[in-house]
Amino acid sequence: MAMEMRLPVARKPLSESVGRDTKKHLVVPGDTITTDTGFMRGHGTYMGEEKLIASVAGSVERVNKLICVKALKTRYNGEVGDIVVGRITEVQQKRWKVETNSRLDSVLLLSSMNLPGGELRRRSAEDELAMRGFLQEGDLISAEVQAVFSDGAVSLHTRSLKYGKLGQGVLVQVSPSLVKRQKTHFHDLPCGASVILGNNGFIWIYPTPEHKEEGAGGFAADLETEGVRVSTEASLRTSSCLLLAMKWNWGALWSPGRTLRVPAAEAPSFLPSLAVSG
Amino acid sequence: MAGLELLSDQGYRVDGRRAGELRRIQARMGVFAQADGSAYIEQGNTKALAVVYGPHEIRGSRARALPDRALVNCQYSSATFSTGERKRRPHGDRKSCEMGLQLRQTFEAAILTQLHPRSQIDIYVQVLQADGGTYAACVNAATLAVLDAGVPMRDFVCACSAGFVDSTALADLSHVEEAAGGPQLALALLPASGQIALLEMDARLHEDHLESVLEAAARAARDVHTLLDRVVRQHVREASVLLGD
Repeated sequence: MAMEMRLPVARKPLSESVGRDTKKHLVVPGDTITTDTGFMRGHGTYMGEEKLIASVAGSVERVNKLICVKALKTRYNGEVGDIVVGRITEVQQKRWKVETNSRLDSVLLLSSMNLPGGELRRRSAEDELAMRGFLQEGDLISAEVQAVFSDGAVSLHTRSLKYGKLGQGVLVQVSPSLVKRQKTHFHDLPCGASVILGNNGFIWIYPTPEHKEEGAGGFAADLETEGVRVSTEASLRTSSCLLLAMKWNWGALWSPGRTLRVPAAEAPSFLPSLAVSG
Repeated sequence: MAGLELLSDQGYRVDGRRAGELRRIQARMGVFAQADGSAYIEQGNTKALAVVYGPHEIRGSRARALPDRALVNCQYSSATFSTGERKRRPHGDRKSCEMGLQLRQTFEAAILTQLHPRSQIDIYVQVLQADGGTYAACVNAATLAVLDAGVPMRDFVCACSAGFVDSTALADLSHVEEAAGGPQLALALLPASGQIALLEMDARLHEDHLESVLEAAARAARDVHTLLDRVVRQHVREASVLLGD
């Protein structure tokens, strides 16, 4: 029986096959962006001998008089209002240090944390001593960015019932530049899994809880009871699809309709549909 | 050295190159998904891999944190199978520590560390096959890895080695030429401004010849820059197409 075989060949560069003219000004460090001194310099540029020079490899973005270069891959840069998923690395005197894939560890102040039962009171010394009872090293939390310090470190808060300690689920880490800012980052997929798209690239997939608990304040992370089989399996499948997509560089993640954008030339013979049920 | 002609009468070297010619360079960026930045480079038969993590919070002793700039931490390691004789200790020996310090000096000159106070940038370089010019290959690989990680740099850092044989300066020495015992110079350059990040020589060379050897190394480093520039632009173009919009 005759079989057709092909030797491995180098993949054709995508930019040629897609045929799209990017129309973007791509620069590398050391490139002069402009010699016009009227522009303000933003991120990714620096001033050197009357010229504006790029300091990262990426595309130039111009907004009126501001020029900045957006790098392809960076660590997470916090902005007020972002939702992040992070891991506790340290328990300090009146705050927790949270690792969020950014340049410096983020800070979660004790006063920015909801007390169990939703009480509103000043944090006392007993609360300080009981900090480890709330969150320990290695716990995962979802939080919102409250403020950004001058050196770039981010201050988080969990002052809402939808934030707090995360229970059973799967964490998928992607590059922060792939997660776009949307109106809502908490989604329920039809297959029985729920997703939290952290702006810092940490994506939390967990089985959709049957009933939303009120008044838990995000502390009661249910690690004991096993989730319903169907929804746990769905969350595992979703995370596998996501990992596959990341491995094949399938572009940006955004929430409307749960679609993963795929450049036409790269679409393989099967497309994992996130609407798989059971 | 009897029996081994490093430069023939017609001007050809042992591997058939001319005096100022570089070896073939192939490079790739983004080879590891789990690191912030990574790159692989082949310069002739010398193969080096570089991985960058950072900038991130300083782990371990907080006391090492610099309040106004980032800490650059470089580690050099050469695989046990990288040289002709199997090496006992891949890292931790004197040569590796010295290389690490040299790499650190080189990259502290190029990376804009003032932008990330109190953080740490880790650069790990591993040589998989050493055939001369290991410092140059490490610097070139690390430059690509730092670019891949999105760490702001003043400019590329391109490095090349140079030697001097029969009153001719040779660029990009291979292991055979290095082992012959002549003077060797390693130069790391920031091509756009022509500034030197590191210049190292550990042999005796008459100062009259220094100019020509330095010139040969600088020219070779600029040629390396042309090649690396092409690699980076291609990578950026591909990645921006994948990201869309």
